[in-house]
Amino acid sequence: MSSSPHVLELRDISKHYPTHCAVTKLNLALARGEFFALLGPSGCGKTTTLRMIAGFEEPTAGEILLNGASIHRLPPYRRNVSTVFQNYALFPHLSVAKNVQFGLRRRGENHIETRLAEVLHLVQLTGKESRFPAELSGGERQRVALARSLVLAPDVLLLDEPLSALDPNLRKQVRAELKEIQRRVGITFLFVTHDQEEALSMSDRLAVMSSGELQQIGTPEEVYLRPRTRFVASFLGALNWLDDFGIRPEATHVARLAPDTAVSPRPATVLRSTFLGNCLHVEARLATGQQVVAEVSRFSGTFAPNESVFVWWRPEDELRFL
Amino acid sequence: MKRLRAWFLAPSWATMLLLFIAPLAIVLAYSFESRGVYGGLSLPWTAESYQRLADPIYLVILWRSVWIAGVSTLVCLLLGFPLALFISQSGSRKNLYLSLVILPFWTSFLIRTYAWMFLLRDTGLINTLLQKLGLIHDPLPLLYNDGAVILGLVYSYLPFMVLPVYATLERLDRTLLEASADLGARPWSTLTNVTVPLCAPGIRAGAILVFIPCLGAYLTPDLLGGGKSVMIGNLIQNQFTTARDWPFGAAISLSLMAIVMLLLWIFARRSSEGLV
Repeated sequence: MSSSPHVLELRDISKHYPTHCAVTKLNLALARGEFFALLGPSGCGKTTTLRMIAGFEEPTAGEILLNGASIHRLPPYRRNVSTVFQNYALFPHLSVAKNVQFGLRRRGENHIETRLAEVLHLVQLTGKESRFPAELSGGERQRVALARSLVLAPDVLLLDEPLSALDPNLRKQVRAELKEIQRRVGITFLFVTHDQEEALSMSDRLAVMSSGELQQIGTPEEVYLRPRTRFVASFLGALNWLDDFGIRPEATHVARLAPDTAVSPRPATVLRSTFLGNCLHVEARLATGQQVVAEVSRFSGTFAPNESVFVWWRPEDELRFL
Repeated sequence: MKRLRAWFLAPSWATMLLLFIAPLAIVLAYSFESRGVYGGLSLPWTAESYQRLADPIYLVILWRSVWIAGVSTLVCLLLGFPLALFISQSGSRKNLYLSLVILPFWTSFLIRTYAWMFLLRDTGLINTLLQKLGLIHDPLPLLYNDGAVILGLVYSYLPFMVLPVYATLERLDRTLLEASADLGARPWSTLTNVTVPLCAPGIRAGAILVFIPCLGAYLTPDLLGGGKSVMIGNLIQNQFTTARDWPFGAAISLSLMAIVMLLLWIFARRSSEGLV
């Protein structure tokens, strides 16, 4: 291993197409063994970034370093990174065993039977060796794709929206499994997603991208609680916007009578109240005309339209941007 | 609904019956009749024509035909696959290249075959040019041999290989090729381990489309092979024309058909996707 503190580093990476710029001067550095999420809406350049790291696209400018060595001019088959594709890209003509061994055989490695058995045990696919991809469920295919990459022990595993093809009910379960597998193998994961809940719940650190530019990097707490831009704040969760600052619905309180501890409660009129099972969304209009949503506990009672209430929040929960 | 369906299918059924099943039945009947004294047909019914097929002379011709058709199919594959791959990666020029592949069909098959004769014969373009350049003294024997026949067959049937292979390459999921490279496969390894196996249905379809007409070809071996290179198609033609042995000609035709159907059946069994 090299002395570089970062396993993967992107320096001023840009990707220009004739019609638009997909990525502009992106800088990222991944620590060894971390679970890093690249989050952004579709078309923000996150998949292009991943493809440049894998070697399917060449950056227009900038440098990509793997363990301190420049790799952005190497073909994909000479980079020790591996990709789990969005559609998994399993070879339909090969069995599970042959799919997983594909990389090992191409690299002429030894002990492929043992390594196959180990990795299939890790992803809980033991016994499915002779199945073909068409005979597997979506979740099993995803695990074959994961095993096929993990067995090569890449320096960085690149995951391109790996949960988007799964049944929504399965996704939450797979999140935990994926996180657990990453913890056990200790390989650096770079996880691309447009789902903020996925990014927040799984990653050690995350980067938010928009229109090809990096908006913010930090731990989930940092990025959610101290978003640097209004885009980050509203992309990572709901936001009430009040002229010069934002406030999250769950930090917004509403009651018929404000308690003494409330800082500057504001009079408001209830517009509507929506029951969401575990909580209540109360939409209210402040005396100043702005509308806010408060997410309150279902034990806080019910609110009727046109009812007069007070709305307040802690000053430290106000989100202010540059 | 059922009636409407029957009406719509009626023309196809009529065509099949009139133009395919009826002639086939006639050929089948011919093959079991005896040869007339002055050609034509006469009774009694006999299976003698089929027995004659077991004669080593005819088995040699059959074997030669299978061999020539087989070699032609292989050459078509070796030329056609890279061509199809090239076209499938040509972006906006795909349609231009595909048109060029089909272009020879716009001219008569006979004329194209004669054109090859003008190129290959002793006083033809190639020999004249080589002699003028001083590269050879005596003309090369380019015409009237198996090589010329194979050349002619490959030239004629290459598009039948290129088009189905191109179609499967077009449908190929590009991310599979990326996945292969991503897992460490060099381009050649990706080609042999991913592209070719996934193209198997197209290759099989192309091989069938080339092999069958090659096996029954008679114009190309007749013109480019001269008298030396007799294929089964020429034998059949002979029986109906100069030899005036219609029952034997009919028996060879049906035997050839049986062989082709047997081969198709074997192919179909080996491919889970069916024929194409």
